[in-house]
Amino acid sequence: MLDHLSFESPKPKLISGAKHDWELVIGMEVHAQVASKAKLFSGASTQFGAEPNSNVAFVDSAMPGMLPVINEYCIEQAVRTGLGLKAEINLKSAFDRKNYFYPDLPQGYQISQLYHPLVGEGEVIVDMEPGVARLVRIERIHVEQDAGKSVHDMDPNMSFVDLNRTGVALMEIVSRPDIRGPEEAAAYLAKLRQILRYLGTCDGNMQNGNMRADVNVSVCRPGQYEKYQETQDFSHLGTRCEIKNMNSMRFIQMAIDYEAKRQIAILEAGGKIDQETRLYDADKNETRSMRSKEEAHDYRYFPDPDLLPLEIEQAWVDDIAASLPELPDEKKARFVKDFGLSEYDADVLTAEVVNASYFEEVAGAAGDGKLAANWVINELFGRLKKEDHSIEESPVSPTQLAGIIKLIKSDAISGKIAKDLFEIVYTEGGDPEVIVEERGMKQVTDTGAIEAAVDEIIAANPAQVEKAKQNPKLAGWFVGQVMKATGGKANPKAVNELVSKKLADLG
Amino acid sequence: MTDLTSMKIAEARDALRKGNVTSAELTEACLTAIEGAGALNAFVHNTPEIAREQAAAADARIKAGDAPAMCGIPLGIKDLFCTKGVPSQAASNILGGFKPEYESTVTTQLFDAGAVMLGKLNMDEFAMGSSNETSCYGNAVNPWRRGNDDAALTPGGSSGGSASAVSADLCLAATGTDTGGSIRQPAAFTGITGIKPTYGRCSRWGIVAFASSLDQAGPMTKDVRDAAIMLEAMCGHDPKDSTSADLAVPNFEAMLTGDIKGKTIGIPKEYHMDGMPEEIEALWAEGRKMLQDAGANIVDISLPHTKYALPAYYVIAPAEASSNLARYDGVRYGHRATLSAGDGITEMYEKTRAEGFGHEVQRRVMVGTYVLSAGFYDAYYNRARKVRTLIKKDFEDVFAAGVDAILTPATPSAAFGLGEMEDADPVKMYLNDVFTVTVNLAGLPGIAIPAGVDKQGLPLGLQLIGRPWEEGDLLNTAYALEQAAGFVAKPGKWW
Repeated sequence: MLDHLSFESPKPKLISGAKHDWELVIGMEVHAQVASKAKLFSGASTQFGAEPNSNVAFVDSAMPGMLPVINEYCIEQAVRTGLGLKAEINLKSAFDRKNYFYPDLPQGYQISQLYHPLVGEGEVIVDMEPGVARLVRIERIHVEQDAGKSVHDMDPNMSFVDLNRTGVALMEIVSRPDIRGPEEAAAYLAKLRQILRYLGTCDGNMQNGNMRADVNVSVCRPGQYEKYQETQDFSHLGTRCEIKNMNSMRFIQMAIDYEAKRQIAILEAGGKIDQETRLYDADKNETRSMRSKEEAHDYRYFPDPDLLPLEIEQAWVDDIAASLPELPDEKKARFVKDFGLSEYDADVLTAEVVNASYFEEVAGAAGDGKLAANWVINELFGRLKKEDHSIEESPVSPTQLAGIIKLIKSDAISGKIAKDLFEIVYTEGGDPEVIVEERGMKQVTDTGAIEAAVDEIIAANPAQVEKAKQNPKLAGWFVGQVMKATGGKANPKAVNELVSKKLADLG
Repeated sequence: MTDLTSMKIAEARDALRKGNVTSAELTEACLTAIEGAGALNAFVHNTPEIAREQAAAADARIKAGDAPAMCGIPLGIKDLFCTKGVPSQAASNILGGFKPEYESTVTTQLFDAGAVMLGKLNMDEFAMGSSNETSCYGNAVNPWRRGNDDAALTPGGSSGGSASAVSADLCLAATGTDTGGSIRQPAAFTGITGIKPTYGRCSRWGIVAFASSLDQAGPMTKDVRDAAIMLEAMCGHDPKDSTSADLAVPNFEAMLTGDIKGKTIGIPKEYHMDGMPEEIEALWAEGRKMLQDAGANIVDISLPHTKYALPAYYVIAPAEASSNLARYDGVRYGHRATLSAGDGITEMYEKTRAEGFGHEVQRRVMVGTYVLSAGFYDAYYNRARKVRTLIKKDFEDVFAAGVDAILTPATPSAAFGLGEMEDADPVKMYLNDVFTVTVNLAGLPGIAIPAGVDKQGLPLGLQLIGRPWEEGDLLNTAYALEQAAGFVAKPGKWW
């Protein structure tokens, strides 16, 4: 099976400092909210935007004596995610408590997986341009509960707490430091989001915070990264800073750019980078220190005694693996191979699984992948974008679009008429074939009728005929006149041939 | 009326079914006894309205002929159990005013079986203590006294209120919980029976957590038969507690034949402690002989890692407690300190927890925080976990070698005087748990039964430790020992 298209690695982004060139090394921890109706350890709803503190079970608010019970569906989703990232699934994993005090953390600890994560090593192919992609290794994925929300701006003296999000299941997807530039970082997050959406394990809504990233950034001199790769020894790399809680691809790139420049300036001035956690301020486009390594919390992780180690069976994992949908890399490779699409077109069509499915339906019904790709990408997407519609809202069904394409293929209509027809179907609906018939849009391929029209034009324009005798290029003028006379319905190829023949006969 | 309150569960059950007594009568007798026993400070919150309502319902059920064994039996409930709409404070100021909106699984099962709740029972704060002196309500008092000395004695802890109430016939039985000996030590100090079942037998849902991997609920009763009856009603699989075992609950009472012929009883040599009172040694030897006379084979065994159990326990239990008690932060329920102008969230936490937690709880939270902290985790917590595994293996080895149950003293002494340990090193207090913590660390069932009295007339208990999930067999061995010991002494009423 063709898993993915072959690719080359991109060059790492080179940043020129005042004294030297530098390279970036980036690793990311992505928190993806598990698509699940209920929370990780309670039956409370995960619905976004509910009244504050309405989706809260006793265990979520850490009432005395309440106990967590693992929501099996969340585990299934995390396993599915692991399989989608071609990762090892650990049949035995365990939950640990990460202890710290915060008002929106009712238990005083977050249940997470430090020592034995559910998912081990995997990989993501991050496409940068056709034929160029970065392979980013995944170190682990662990399952953990989200915290609630503290609200500090509703009262001058008080803070409020909303526990609706408390206990919602998250997957923390931890990458190796394989990302080598701001664009790659954004592309990595986009690719993860795409895969998770294909899998249906995270809706990827970044505005709602359903996907957030902590970005670890360090800089090194060219050549150092290769030494790290050979030895896996981090001492070849620079000291990293972690930029917390980013939920915009654009800001991630800006924050990395800023952070790289900040670190380079310090290093070139003979300074040293302090390992610390930083926050990005989008208004000022800068990162600021949140806490240093010394101030870092001591989370006192230890195995959660309320939960037995999580043991899952290989057969269950196999069942999930068997139910996995085709993923973006495979789909793209198949589109290129089976439909003869360019990698670029295949990329566009596979960005969202709904688009890909739409395209495949059209291609299948029309019997022409390339034509289908052109029409979906250029006409349909263009038209939908104009009205800010998603493909689910498209007034043109795949069958209708395939109908238009079939009419083109059978020479029943010309490409130009097809665009008019598309507009009619888009705005008024209806069966393309019936519309063409009823409105007389059919292309004239009857040579008799075309010949009559050509003869008529030639007879009516003797002066032009004389000129054309001198200059055969003027034949085009006659073709245009014939097309006009036939309302664009004449088959252009037939008109061309007849005009050339008649003019030649006259000459 | 006192006759009614001194009834055992089995007697009351039979009398209720025969119509010789009503639950309402039993309940009124208990309520009256409780009212007259303020000096014992066993009950910290009385629930007479609930009791009368439940008793009436139980009587109707009994009349209808649809009555489980616990139907109509008046009980005291340890304050560690969350009881719906009734103060449930774990004897801590930090839970001041807390009334849960839910009922613990264990009490739900008891009430579903028709049991009657008389009120909530005193205990050590968050079940941390061996003398009941860490309670925010002040200590409960042991109904027993040393001869003619009217010095107040501890009922033990942490289930001291339960022990005192059952021993003084304020109720027919009580619930207890046991993390390191909190059922068995107070039972031994007050001449009653208490069983801690196998970890996972009783649901922990709705019981305020102390150390989650060690906590178990169990009954505290007047004899072994009652323990069997009440345990059956308390235990069973609960999907709301992931550590609860999905195992069928046998009819424990039916297993009480008293026949232990051919059973092998192990006597662990490591439980001979330096400085243990001679009377305890003598009682243990007597117990050995009684079981032998009943037809059991007695074998000397070794549980080599016993001496590491107490230190391991006092690492693991505080570690879990430090995390379990983090939720008491003043944000959502219970006590919140009055803040000064300019105080922020850190001050709220600090003041609330400083005011709300007593000294022993604070000590354990600090110990637990320390042993889990970076740099010390491996030296303390991880090492303690390894010790725990070894202790468990000690037991597995002797059980594999054919031992059915293990006989040990329940406590290293009889009940001591209240206030006696006040200035002592806390470790001295922790030594009370020396014979009991191994059982919690290994997750095994253990039962304490009264087997004699010391020179001053105070009850002394023996402990039997059983194989995991074989509470029925353990109860039967205890039943045989109980028959042989013939302990019938009762404290003289002085309160």
